[in-house]
Amino acid sequence: MDAIILQILNGLDKGSAYALIALGLTLIFGTLGVVNFAHGALFMIGAFCAVTLNRLFSLSFEVVDPTKLDFLGNPAKIKTAYVEAWFGQDFGAAIIDWSVPLAILFSIPVMLAIGFAMERGLIKHFYKRPHADQILVTFGLAIVLQEIIKYFYGANPIPTPAPSAFTGSFDFGAMLGFDVGQIIYPYWRMVYFAFSLVVIGAVFAFLRFTTFGMVVRAGMADRETVGLLGINIDRRFTIMFGIAASVAGMAGVMYAPINSPNYHMGMDFLVLSFVVVVVGGMGSLAGAVLAGFLLGILQSFASMNEIKSLLPGIDQIIIYLIAIVILLTRPRGLMGRKGVMED
Amino acid sequence: MLGLDRKDFTLVLIIALVALLAPFLLNFWPTESGMAQFNAGYPALMQRFAIYGIFAIGFNILFGLTGYLSFGHAAFLGVGSYSAVWMFKLLSMNVLPGIFLAIIVSGLFALVIGYVSLRRSGIYFSILTLAFAQMSFNLAYSVLTPLTNGETGLQTTLNDPRILGASRTAEGGIPVPSLFGLEMNATSIWKIGGWEFQFNVGYYFAAALMVLTFYLSIRLFRSPFGLMLRAIKTNQTRMSYTGLSSRPYTLAAFVISGMYAGLAGALLACMDPLAGAERMQWTASGEVVIMSILGGAGTLLGPILGAGVIKYLENIFSKINEGVLHGWFDFLPEVVKEPLVWLFARFTGEGWSLTLGLIFMIVVIFLPGGLMEGARRIGDLFRKRGKPSDDDKEHHPKPAAHVAE
Repeated sequence: MDAIILQILNGLDKGSAYALIALGLTLIFGTLGVVNFAHGALFMIGAFCAVTLNRLFSLSFEVVDPTKLDFLGNPAKIKTAYVEAWFGQDFGAAIIDWSVPLAILFSIPVMLAIGFAMERGLIKHFYKRPHADQILVTFGLAIVLQEIIKYFYGANPIPTPAPSAFTGSFDFGAMLGFDVGQIIYPYWRMVYFAFSLVVIGAVFAFLRFTTFGMVVRAGMADRETVGLLGINIDRRFTIMFGIAASVAGMAGVMYAPINSPNYHMGMDFLVLSFVVVVVGGMGSLAGAVLAGFLLGILQSFASMNEIKSLLPGIDQIIIYLIAIVILLTRPRGLMGRKGVMED
Repeated sequence: MLGLDRKDFTLVLIIALVALLAPFLLNFWPTESGMAQFNAGYPALMQRFAIYGIFAIGFNILFGLTGYLSFGHAAFLGVGSYSAVWMFKLLSMNVLPGIFLAIIVSGLFALVIGYVSLRRSGIYFSILTLAFAQMSFNLAYSVLTPLTNGETGLQTTLNDPRILGASRTAEGGIPVPSLFGLEMNATSIWKIGGWEFQFNVGYYFAAALMVLTFYLSIRLFRSPFGLMLRAIKTNQTRMSYTGLSSRPYTLAAFVISGMYAGLAGALLACMDPLAGAERMQWTASGEVVIMSILGGAGTLLGPILGAGVIKYLENIFSKINEGVLHGWFDFLPEVVKEPLVWLFARFTGEGWSLTLGLIFMIVVIFLPGGLMEGARRIGDLFRKRGKPSDDDKEHHPKPAAHVAE
């Protein structure tokens, strides 16, 4: 029992990332009808927003302190971060410590801008082109974005720590009444899961309870009619593209402490997220979220040693296997609507 | 002749001639000159032209004719390489058994994957093939390590049995892949004037196979079978209304293109008996897609052209580093030179991937028909002055983009 709970928990953080990326992919697909292969790159850029902010905060200047000597006997140089100098020692250190959560605020405008630029500059011209062309052009864009990041940040993963308040792990098992030390779970992963629930909830609430969301949902159902009613649906869809981009970006920001960001992390996630979208049902937002968590948890179950010894290599291929089975038996996915993108 | 009409026969003949004379044609500049780095007439690169030409020709049979965009073709390339290297390890260093096995194994592999993936079309097909390829890639890295040697890659060693050949040469080295004693890496060099022409056995072997596969693909394009494949691209629904099932045709096309990829993979192993899983990665699948698109999907010559251009650019761009760029822009004043060198350095050397991504985008945005389409448009420009074009819109309706929708 405790092993099962542990695996479910382990699957949650990856599942959250899948769910967030897949949610954005589905939003873009549902509104604009575009298959966006560059969505993984947006996730990656989000993670690098965290890296950037961390570096910005850590920018420092050196002062030579003649009263102290370093171990070579020279006057010691003392590094002080600008934020510490401006806001005082404690507050400045706290800012640096909390740079990852703060990066969410930083990433939203950045990702919105990137999203708008992408949609207006490129995707707009591909509405009427075949899906194959959309796949290819966004694939090319993903490579370009990836290479640009590689130029600025290098090819190696960059460790980006979570706030020290969230480092370490807590004994989840003891809280539920199991033996101490059975279910240990890192704090930050719990934070990630909670964060993803909040974001998912916010997106759903936005679509469900605001006038803007209502128009967008109407546009997803029948774009032409909404256009005939005198509503500028293109503009709203552009905004939705920006929102999808920032959802991917936020997912990336918060993921940075879990896995040190590198330039190809987006590609690694993208293939799996597409599988998630297909399993959940193309165009179904709830399906994307459900399938994201489901596949994340299944993947973590498949990487248990007991299962791996039974079926070697299953952890590597489980997601693909499930996708293949789903596509063949229930083409519209878990929660896809009948007749929508079934073929 | 050979079952082709005169126009097609001339085309095959031209391809054969170009392939034969490639060591001359691709050596544009004398060896000693500063431009020699733009030469493409050296064996390693020419082999790649021929091999990736085969890969792209095969991919074009599927994508160009039926419109099914496979994102997992690199899996067949990898499977072909592994099979060939296993033949080198177990049987002999003769390339023929290796190639034979590679084609059969990749064909069977394609049959299985195709049978499953072709139940869906459009993006679902793309994602299914992508999923299968990623699965093979992951398995090659993990569980199948006894077969694939994991991250190190499968290679020939001194301790391989090689039942029909020798485990080691008389000198005690690892034998080289050969065709009945003709070693693949044997090269004879002619020096004429400042030029140095290299004639490599491996290249001519690959080129001969490329001409053969090109001939087969022309026959396929012109056959009733090829017509059926086009019908699938144009309008699958209408085809099924006439009582024809499209499944066997697409499956056959998929298997054929998988076998082409297997052949290409085997040839890669023949030139350098080493097979690694990275050959199966999805970026490799993306590369063959862009080769076909760049040349012109659905055209005969396009894929070869696209493969040649991409491989040539890859080689040249990867070679240019900042030192070379400094040499080029030396005549400029420092103020202009430095930014220019910086700018160009982003796209060359390590920056080749960036250039590839840009080529990808530019081609898809501005030239969806590829280079062949571009050539046709330029040709039309000149022709239009003479007589009006005889495009009959009514009888040549645009193909419905069913596969993509």
